[in-house]
Amino acid sequence: MTGTMAIVGFGLSTIGPGVATGLVFAAYINGVARQPEARALLQPIAFLGFALAEALALIGLVLAFVLK
Amino acid sequence: MAEDGFVPPSASDFFFNPIFGNNILFTKPVLLVGLSVVLISVFFIASSRKAAIVPSKLQFAGEGIYSFVRNSLGEEVIGPEFLRFVPFLFTLFTFVLCNNIFGVIPLLQFPTMSHIGFPIALAIFTYFVYHTVGIRKHGIVKYIKDICFMPGVPKYIYVILTPVEFATYFIIRPATLSLRLFANMFAGHLLLLVFTVGGEYLLTSTILMKALSIFSFGFAVGLSFFELGIECLQAYIFTLLTALYIAGALADEH
Repeated sequence: MTGTMAIVGFGLSTIGPGVATGLVFAAYINGVARQPEARALLQPIAFLGFALAEALALIGLVLAFVLK
Repeated sequence: MAEDGFVPPSASDFFFNPIFGNNILFTKPVLLVGLSVVLISVFFIASSRKAAIVPSKLQFAGEGIYSFVRNSLGEEVIGPEFLRFVPFLFTLFTFVLCNNIFGVIPLLQFPTMSHIGFPIALAIFTYFVYHTVGIRKHGIVKYIKDICFMPGVPKYIYVILTPVEFATYFIIRPATLSLRLFANMFAGHLLLLVFTVGGEYLLTSTILMKALSIFSFGFAVGLSFFELGIECLQAYIFTLLTALYIAGALADEH
């Protein structure tokens, strides 16, 4: 079986951001479920948390392509 | 067969040939950045001409974007002294948004923020702004002392907290700010390239593969819409983080 370690490394590095995204949106859904009026208040915070978590996964993807 | 096997898109697809003559600097991304500046200027000048009390559609759109940045990114995040930062935040937001959206417009189709030089330049601007704001407000000695030795924390924690805080404020923040924007645009453009070039390769193959290429092109179209959403989100995140860093530099005590 052949391949590159870069892709294996990227695959492993997406575990953390995947869990983090699930946690962020689970908290957002819980907050909106308890108090539907808070939807617009919590939305910027949810997207900020998601973007910060996804940044690491994308840095992994870029490095997998750039450093072969 | 037309090609010997599929050549997947890679980082070399992001380099362009110069347009006029031999100098390496005038390429398609530079042209796109210039075009974005012209487009933004024309749009906002046209939308604020003949400003009426009852706005026309163009004026409504322009004012909508401006008030979004001013209120939800300026006033809510920075607080009382937000007005002098609104031009900077507004320029960042519209510049990043326009350049990102070029990634899905049919003839242009290249998000210029996927060349790392552009996000680095914007992050350097942000870096200078939030440090200058903090130094002007607190004085340089107190500013660095507040970063390295955060008040209100037991003394023995400083051993681990000071290097982390120092690295965060001076190295990690500009690096992640630029890398986040760059990586999102790079990955998105690469995804679109994979499905489009893959679909085109499938078209040169057997008849079953030709039928399957419809799915590849369909995916490319679907991903274009997803990419549009990600591009708008990344412009918002860049400006929001800039505003948060400025607010953190202006804050009095932790």
